[in-house]
Amino acid sequence: MSKNNKGWFALFTAPLLLVFTTVVILPFIIGIGYSFVSWDGIPANPKVFVGLDNYATLLQDERFLSSAWRTIEFTVLALVLVNVLGLAISLLVTMKLRVSNAARTMFFLPNLIGGLILGYIWQFIFTDVFKFLGDKTGLDSVFFNWLIHPQTALYAMVIVFTWQMAGYTMIIYIAGIQGIPDELGEAARVDGANLWQRLTRIVFPLLMPSFTICLFLTLSGAFKIFDVNLSLTKGGPNNSTELFAMNIFNEIFGYGNYGLGQAKAIVFFILVAAVTLTQVVITKKKEVQY
Amino acid sequence: MNRASRTTVSTLLIALALAFLSPIYLMLVNSFKDRAELYRSALALPSSYSFQYYSKAMDKMNFLTAFGNSLYITIVSVLFVVVLASMTAWMLVRTDDRLSRIIFLVFVSTMLIPFQTLMMPLMQVMDWIRTTLHIPMLNTRGGLIYMNIGFHASMAVFLFHGFIKSVPVALEEAATLDGCSKFGVFWRIVFPMLKTITITVAILDVIAMWNDYLLPSLTLSDKALRTIPLSTFYFFGEFTIQWNLAMAGLTLTIIPVVVFYMFAQKYIIKGIAAGAVK
Repeated sequence: MSKNNKGWFALFTAPLLLVFTTVVILPFIIGIGYSFVSWDGIPANPKVFVGLDNYATLLQDERFLSSAWRTIEFTVLALVLVNVLGLAISLLVTMKLRVSNAARTMFFLPNLIGGLILGYIWQFIFTDVFKFLGDKTGLDSVFFNWLIHPQTALYAMVIVFTWQMAGYTMIIYIAGIQGIPDELGEAARVDGANLWQRLTRIVFPLLMPSFTICLFLTLSGAFKIFDVNLSLTKGGPNNSTELFAMNIFNEIFGYGNYGLGQAKAIVFFILVAAVTLTQVVITKKKEVQY
Repeated sequence: MNRASRTTVSTLLIALALAFLSPIYLMLVNSFKDRAELYRSALALPSSYSFQYYSKAMDKMNFLTAFGNSLYITIVSVLFVVVLASMTAWMLVRTDDRLSRIIFLVFVSTMLIPFQTLMMPLMQVMDWIRTTLHIPMLNTRGGLIYMNIGFHASMAVFLFHGFIKSVPVALEEAATLDGCSKFGVFWRIVFPMLKTITITVAILDVIAMWNDYLLPSLTLSDKALRTIPLSTFYFFGEFTIQWNLAMAGLTLTIIPVVVFYMFAQKYIIKGIAAGAVK
């Protein structure tokens, strides 16, 4: 690179690199450091180096471990529901019906609304509308306040997350389906393959790239969920729906255990990276060429 | 498929879509009802339409201020992200050396870091900048915009990088021979060709920044600086929930989103698909 070019290179990249370094890189490195100290967040108080103590503590923290399990339960349920629904809708919408565009528009709408606001809308539905439905229909074993029981409160979060994300995966599946040449389905139909066979033998294998993306997006989205958690259940009842991200937030800013909370945040990062990368590697392997 | 079954599937699909949006319906109809009517008939259309809860919610949420803050912060942040990330990505693609590859790799690999891993140390860094360099990073809209740019940099660089790789270099070389500076080449020749990916980046970032709650909640403490998600949060926390008032407030927050969706629907759906597939 000539000296002149070096100058241009710096001029074009330096502003963003400066912002990016101070906002992402530096906090990430400092954060690793914080996970080895004990500190309550008050600037005047000392930060005491405790080695791996925070990591040892979090492994025995009942609240943290149960929060991790609940997050896994939530993620698995959400992953299945979001993708089954998104795929089913995308198959219906790509049947070239006159109403397809209108339907697609409607299914995607919730995705544009923020998780915090979605959570509040559904809080009304799960508490008051459900109670109302139970009283009117007598089906009070189904329709009761879902947010006061740990298990149904978790299902409520799965439903809201699905409502938010199904339209998003639908868009990606539609793009995938439209990329499959029509002749392939036609040829199979001529050969006598029924709808189910055409789906499982032709469409789904060719949709593997879309599956890779959608599973990645739902997996990382579900694992990191915070806004819906905050507005729908606030982690309640009795911390039973306090998922991973909220547990970290509360440990740091609620209980003031900055070191321990940061150690949890590092573990969180390692888990998110490991789980999503594993998933991408596995589904990438299953992608086929035609 | 014959005509009769097409009609059946169409009807089914629309019915499903309407059922899917029933929460929006419930929010709307109950924003007009008084307390008694809401508990008597939560599902029915309201018996009368009065906007008293809307004006009350608007007042309590300080809605117009929050709307202005959200709009200002989102627009300025997105403009900066688009300009800085496209310039950076172009240089990284056109300068084929080790440094460029390392910088790009760093951008991409940080995309996996969750916000929760960075939030606490980020606040420390910003506080340090505030106290030692006397730049007001916390509790200012400018500070939040700065952090927004940082958090959305990797994704934008990644998307621009992928797109620029497919842009032929010949035109740029011709312009350079004609005596155009790098700056001129980029703004006159390259940037106009990046329109599709610019729209994708802008749409993805607008949605993410407009709806973001956690970062603004950590950086903005002044009431006058609250964005829409922040004022919604405090609106719900301030008093025991009156659902009619709450539903009116939520409807207010959704109106700008729906208007944006109506005008930019084509670009939004294309942008989402393009952004995800890359």
